[in-house]
Amino acid sequence: MIKFIFKAILRDKNRSLLPITVVATGVLLTIALSGYLSGMLGDIIDQNARFQTGHVKVMSRAYADNVDQMPNDLALLGLDEVHEELNNNFPDYTWVNRINFGGIIDAPGENDESKGQGPASGMAVELFSDSSGEVERLNLKESLVTGKVPEKSGEILIGYEFADKLKVKVGDELTFMGSTMYGSMTFSKFIISGTVRFGVAAMDKGTIIIDFADAQQMLDMADGTGEILGFYKDEVFMQDQVKEMSKEFNAKYASSSDEFAPVMKTLGEQSSMGSYLDLVDSVSSMFVVIFVLVMSVVLWNTGLIGGLRRYQEFGIRLALGESKGHIYRAMIYEALLIGTIGSIIGSALGIVVTLLMQRYGIDISGMMKDATMMMPSVLKSKFTPQLLYIGFIPGVLAMVIGTMLSGIGIYKRETATLFKELEV
Amino acid sequence: MKYLFVLLFALLSITQTSAQDATAILNKVDDNINSHTSIVKSDMIIYGRRNQRTVTSVGYTEGKNKSFSEYLAPAREKGTKMLKLENNLWIYSPSTDRTIQLSGHMLKQSLMGSDLSYEDMMENRKLTEMYDAKVIDEETIDDRKTWVLQLNAKVDDASYDSRKVWVDIERYVPLREELFAKSGQLLKRTELKDVKKIDGRWYPTKMNYKDMLKDGKGTDFVVLEIEFDVEIPAYIFSKAALKR
Repeated sequence: MIKFIFKAILRDKNRSLLPITVVATGVLLTIALSGYLSGMLGDIIDQNARFQTGHVKVMSRAYADNVDQMPNDLALLGLDEVHEELNNNFPDYTWVNRINFGGIIDAPGENDESKGQGPASGMAVELFSDSSGEVERLNLKESLVTGKVPEKSGEILIGYEFADKLKVKVGDELTFMGSTMYGSMTFSKFIISGTVRFGVAAMDKGTIIIDFADAQQMLDMADGTGEILGFYKDEVFMQDQVKEMSKEFNAKYASSSDEFAPVMKTLGEQSSMGSYLDLVDSVSSMFVVIFVLVMSVVLWNTGLIGGLRRYQEFGIRLALGESKGHIYRAMIYEALLIGTIGSIIGSALGIVVTLLMQRYGIDISGMMKDATMMMPSVLKSKFTPQLLYIGFIPGVLAMVIGTMLSGIGIYKRETATLFKELEV
Repeated sequence: MKYLFVLLFALLSITQTSAQDATAILNKVDDNINSHTSIVKSDMIIYGRRNQRTVTSVGYTEGKNKSFSEYLAPAREKGTKMLKLENNLWIYSPSTDRTIQLSGHMLKQSLMGSDLSYEDMMENRKLTEMYDAKVIDEETIDDRKTWVLQLNAKVDDASYDSRKVWVDIERYVPLREELFAKSGQLLKRTELKDVKKIDGRWYPTKMNYKDMLKDGKGTDFVVLEIEFDVEIPAYIFSKAALKR
């Protein structure tokens, strides 16, 4: 039967070409758009993970409660002990120290007067440790507008717009003024090693990056850090795994009443990232539902047109004694085959488009001049195994449902009037 | 109608008297607390969630617009100096040998992690110049009878929209002050204690500043030594003094 239908499809192009084209186009669009949206949302999550949240973050409980205020007075102390525990229990993760801090950056001019001054949002990362991978993780080399990444203590990176505002360039001196972990006033001099473009207006206008050890000394945080970020070794975020990890880690301190005991938060538990993760999960389902609904209507219509074209054929088959159910089933088998062929073609094309978009992406840097949200400047698609079936199954289903809807007309044919209809 | 006029006249008289009294009270407070010059050695005790720190400093003041402070302890703060002239504030850091002028919203930052901001320290106008005052009540604080003064800003650039001040009826010393935002939210509270007679003036020697938006016990300010109307060399109030 299948062989028979397959031959019919191949021989009667009028019967198959339009539905196959429609299904293939729908599947192609579903896969390409789903891959693009997953990639875009994934990139946003990835960017936030690299700069802010990590895949998991370890902080003191008190710090975690006020994390938006960068409360370094509530920092996590006893770093060696915490790192030892993390490395022993979760060796698949890279654990890096970060300190976020705020203060004032002052650019000295002539006669010790300031030539520029502004509030700065600082980030201290392990710049000089190869094992931390922070320079690559934050994409610092590629983000440089001028100069180079700091190579020694006392060097600083500054957002390129901030540098313009302060009228400073690579090699110039800056003075940082802020508060230590214990509230004392602190001043430090730095030499600008480079200016960077983060692609986020808020960061380009006020962010500085210094080495973690410099920050520890400047902020009086020996043996302390604001945050320890954990990244899975190949930078892939695994939500279920990190949930288990944080549950296991936090269980150890559950009985402690110390407000400075460490606590682990997953990416989804920070900075409203949870809703993004839910969005990523729901995007695929959303696409499938929309696809099946829209395509069913389109294919129903296509089926009706085909049904009209084959009105005479069905009439003759009924006149020859073929049962209505048999014709209906044959149509469904035919639809199944057409849907499968269309879905295979659409999936193949969709995956090719996704892979191309994954490599080249769409550059949106021109639209992000005043963006305050952390977003990558090139949005790329992401190929996931899910894409192999996300378009295929709905493609076949839509064709079958469309045919089932249009084929109902067969049961409305009256045998008694067939010959009149067929004008025999 | 006749009674209504009498009542209205009485009310207006009370309001006027109360406003005049409040201004007079504030002027007397000003006369009692402020001197032409003063040199104060003090401890600022800052209570954090992890520890408490004591910052010792010596401050020189001339009138309302000139002040110079040098921090003496702890080691991390030692040698840091601040100079306030009119509405300008400079800070000198010995570790970087730099003098930085603070301006604009940076003045709202906390002073050395305390509950005070630079702006609080900068305030140099008389209360009567910035606020309309009236006596709204009488209360007793630590067995001392006080007037409760309600101060509402009459200038646009007042740091706080309104204040409540509890003034000792006999000594003309404020014993408590509350600072409010425009929304009516209480922002800061100051308690002034250990009032002593020094050189003929009643002066509180222990103060607690509390930022009501922060957790904790606030910041104590303890006067260790104080001298009034002593001669202070003019160079003290110059930028050159910061690097000396």
